[in-house]
Parts: sequence; structure tokens; C-alpha cells
Amino acid sequence: MIGESTRQLMAINALLALSIYLTLACGQLSLANAAFMGIGAYLGAVLTLNAGWPFWAAILAAIIVPMGVAIIVGLPTLRLRGVFLAIATLGLGEVLRVVIVNLKSTGGAEGISSIPVKTQDWQLALALAAALYLTWRLRGSRMGYAFEAIREDETVARTMGINTTRYKLIAFVLSAALAGLAGVLKAHLFRTIAPGDYGFVQAVDILTFAVVGGSASFLGPVLGAFLLTALPELLRSNLLRGVVNLQVGWQTLLLNGIILLLVILFLPNGLISLFTRPWRRPTPLASEQTPIEAT
Amino acid sequence: MSRGVGPLPGGFQLPFWLATALAMLVAGLLGILLDRIAFAPLRKRPDTHFSGMISSIAVALIFEALATALFLPQRSQFPSGTVPTRPLVIGTGSLPFSRVLVIVVALVLVVLLTVLLRFTKLGKAIRAVAENPKAARLLGINVEAIYSFSFFLSSALGGAAGIFYGLAVSRLDPTMGRTVELKGLAVIILGGMGSVPGAVLGGYLLGLTEVLSVALTNTSNYRDAIAFVLLFLILVLRPSGLLGARRVREA
Repeated sequence: MIGESTRQLMAINALLALSIYLTLACGQLSLANAAFMGIGAYLGAVLTLNAGWPFWAAILAAIIVPMGVAIIVGLPTLRLRGVFLAIATLGLGEVLRVVIVNLKSTGGAEGISSIPVKTQDWQLALALAAALYLTWRLRGSRMGYAFEAIREDETVARTMGINTTRYKLIAFVLSAALAGLAGVLKAHLFRTIAPGDYGFVQAVDILTFAVVGGSASFLGPVLGAFLLTALPELLRSNLLRGVVNLQVGWQTLLLNGIILLLVILFLPNGLISLFTRPWRRPTPLASEQTPIEAT
Repeated sequence: MSRGVGPLPGGFQLPFWLATALAMLVAGLLGILLDRIAFAPLRKRPDTHFSGMISSIAVALIFEALATALFLPQRSQFPSGTVPTRPLVIGTGSLPFSRVLVIVVALVLVVLLTVLLRFTKLGKAIRAVAENPKAARLLGINVEAIYSFSFFLSSALGGAAGIFYGLAVSRLDPTMGRTVELKGLAVIILGGMGSVPGAVLGGYLLGLTEVLSVALTNTSNYRDAIAFVLLFLILVLRPSGLLGARRVREA
């Protein structure tokens, strides 16, 4: 019912969803994931294609380099809160696109095609399993509690002696690592990459996974990614043949928009909140709450 | 999130000023509809900033999809002769008439908006709501109506921007809002939230930086990047924007 490439894409999008979950878990609305994915994809492709690196080394580089960039970019920007961090990190994606277009080795505006297909299904499964394990172990760990405290109230967390800058940076860097990994794996699956693939649209897509699935638990974003990736194909399948016909790009766009709107209006904690008990449902992120006004 | 709902070639053949007024009206009414459907229900939530951003992204996706469905993805432009094609000669230089029109219209709208916000009772009410909705409600201001009106105004201005942007670059397509949207946010941050002069200053500063970057590097390759590097620097150095109040950014 779900084709092979859709299944592979589901795994990659789940990785990206976990990537944004890590920053959301720490209360940071960062939209830099698409940019880090782009760094991973381009770096990996250039290394395997031009420099002749073995695939595993390219993967390692595509994980480590975005982490380094995240440290440099994160130190100043993570001082920003809420929507402002979102806008600044979106700007990173724009800068990356322009840089890629202008570099010689990245194929300019046309991008890189004919990247060798190297990603195996077991590698995807392993990557996703490792990412799930990482986020699962975060829960209940010292770091997990620190993330949660910062998410609930950054000022209070700092007062309690939590090094908020450090933990926010850790969340940002880990998120960049997962995004870079997703980028390099995807580039070596679908063979072509272009500078425009990692901009606003991709960033919003990743955010949509987390919002639709719900970011209270790490399973939410994965659920969102699976569902939204498989949905167009599911709607095209025999089940609904002739009823809906999602062939054209704008229809998928419309569907995504409507789902996103409905979820934010009626299910603010995402689809995952349908499965969790009401009394265990966490409160919304503190950084998103209206601040107590100083009078 | 709002973009121009400008007239299409081969459409109704209305005179340009009437089409502009109609488009602004329609965009404004869409804005009210949008507020009622996608924003008003979120206002009582504790995470209203976050959910508001998500719902505006959702609405932008829906609008873009509908615009693509209605007008097809291909590009169109205003029919030639919509505005005089003869360039305006000033001294030794000359400017296309459409650009001059854009500058004049922008200035007029800025003055009108400033007058509205600063000197009318309605403007006072808007500023009161922005300052503190609860207190405004206690003072007898119809807060919801003010929100709706703000959305009308904002969307109508967005519609106007869409028309004149399309006119100045002589190109219209359903995705034209994307880069402008990001840059609009950048401008607001550059100038400072909630400040009309700040927004204007931010707009000119961004425009100047882009032009200067082209002049200095002799290519337009890095134009968009430099705009965002500037935004980045402003965010880091002076998070409240050039003319914004310090308090705003703490939210």
C-alpha cells in the first residue's frame, strides 16, 4: 500500500521531526533544521562524489560539521526567544541557499544530480532507531529534566542553577546533528539536491510534522512525520480512488495547510494527545506563554 | 501572510485605481475572515504567539494553494499601459514611472497610517489594545473589533504591497509572497516592533543594504544573504530593533 520510496521518505522525515523535537523539548522554536539538513546533504554529496570519501566517512562529516555550525550560530542567536528565534534561524536557511548558489563545488543554482545511491534501508532503520533511543533516554535523564525546566520557565530554571545557555546549545547542536544525518541520507537516496530544497518550505514542513503530531512527547513528531509523508500516497490508493485525486502540487499544499490549521485550532497538543490520558498531558511550552507583565 | 490579490490581464479591464481599491478591499475583508477563523480562537490560549505563527503559516499555505489553483502556477503581469510607460527624468537620471508611483504611494500610505495611529480615536484604541488588552477592555474598548480592524488594515496594506510590488517588478505569481514575507519580518525586526517610523526605516535600510551590496561586489549574487546577515546582526546586537521599545523583545 505504501511504496518503497515513501517508506524511505517517512524514515527521513521522522529523523527531521526528532531533530525539531529536541529544540522544542528545550523550549526553543528553532527553524534552522532545514538549513542543517542542507549542510549535511551538500557536504555528504560533495564528499562522496568529488572527494571520493567512503559513505560512512561522509555521513560522519555530515553529522559533525552541522554541529560545529550550530555552535557558532547558536551562541548568539539562542539569546532570542520565541518567534524571534524562529525568524533568525529562518534567515540562516536563506543565507545558506545564497552561499550554495554561489559556490563552485556545489553545482550552483542547478544543484547536484547523479549522486550515487548509497543509503540502504537498514541504515535508515538504524539511524531512526538510534535517534529514537537518544530522545527516549533523554526523558528522565538529568539533561531531560534540565530541558523540561527551561521549557517551562527559562528564568526560573536559571535561578535554580541550571546552566540554561549550555543546555539550549546542547539541544540546538544535537538537533543539527540529526538534521545533517537526515540530509546526507536523503541525498544518497533520491540522488538530486538543489539549493532551494532547504529553505522556508522545508523548514515549515519540518515544523508541521512536530505541530501536527504534537511535541509533548517524542513520539508525536514521529507520528506527524509518518502520517503527513504517507498521506498523499494513501489518498491516492485504491481506498479513495476517484474521490480525491492528489496529483497536483497545490492540492498537497492545500491539504497540508488545512491539516495544520485544524490541528492548531482544535488539537493544540497534536494528534498524539488523542492517545495520552488527559491528566498526563503536559502544559504548553512556557516560552510560548504570554509573559507575566511587570507592573 | 497577506499578499496582493491584484487584477489579472484579460480580466475585467477595470481602471487601475479602481482595481487597486477593490483589491485592497477584498484583501482587507479576507483579513477579517482570517482573523475570525484562524486567529481569534487562539487569542485566549497561553501560547498565543506560537499558535498564531503556526496558523498564519497554515493560512499562507492555503492561500498559496488556492492562488495556484485559480491563477495557475505560470507567471503573469499587469497589462502594459496600466501606468504610463514613459520614464520620469530627474536631472541626468531617469526612473520608470511605476517605481516613482510605488515610492509616492508608499509615502502617502505611511503618512495616512501614522495619522490614523497617532491622531485619531481609533488609533488611540489600537495602541491601547497593543499595550494591554485587558486594561483596554476595562476602559470600554471593543477589543475584538479592534483586532478585526487591525487585520483589515494589515491585509489591505498587504494587498496594496502585492499590487505595487507586482507592478514594479512586472511579474505576478502565486509564490511571490514568500521572499517578501520573510523580508517583511526582517524589516519589522530591523526597525523595531510596533513602530511605524521603525518599519519605514527598516524597509529603506534593507533596500539600501541590498543595493549597496550589489554595487560593492558588482554582482547581485549575495544580495539576499547580506540582507539576512544584517538582520542577524541586528537581532544579536540590538534585539529590540533600531527604534523599538526595549521591553517588546523580552516576550
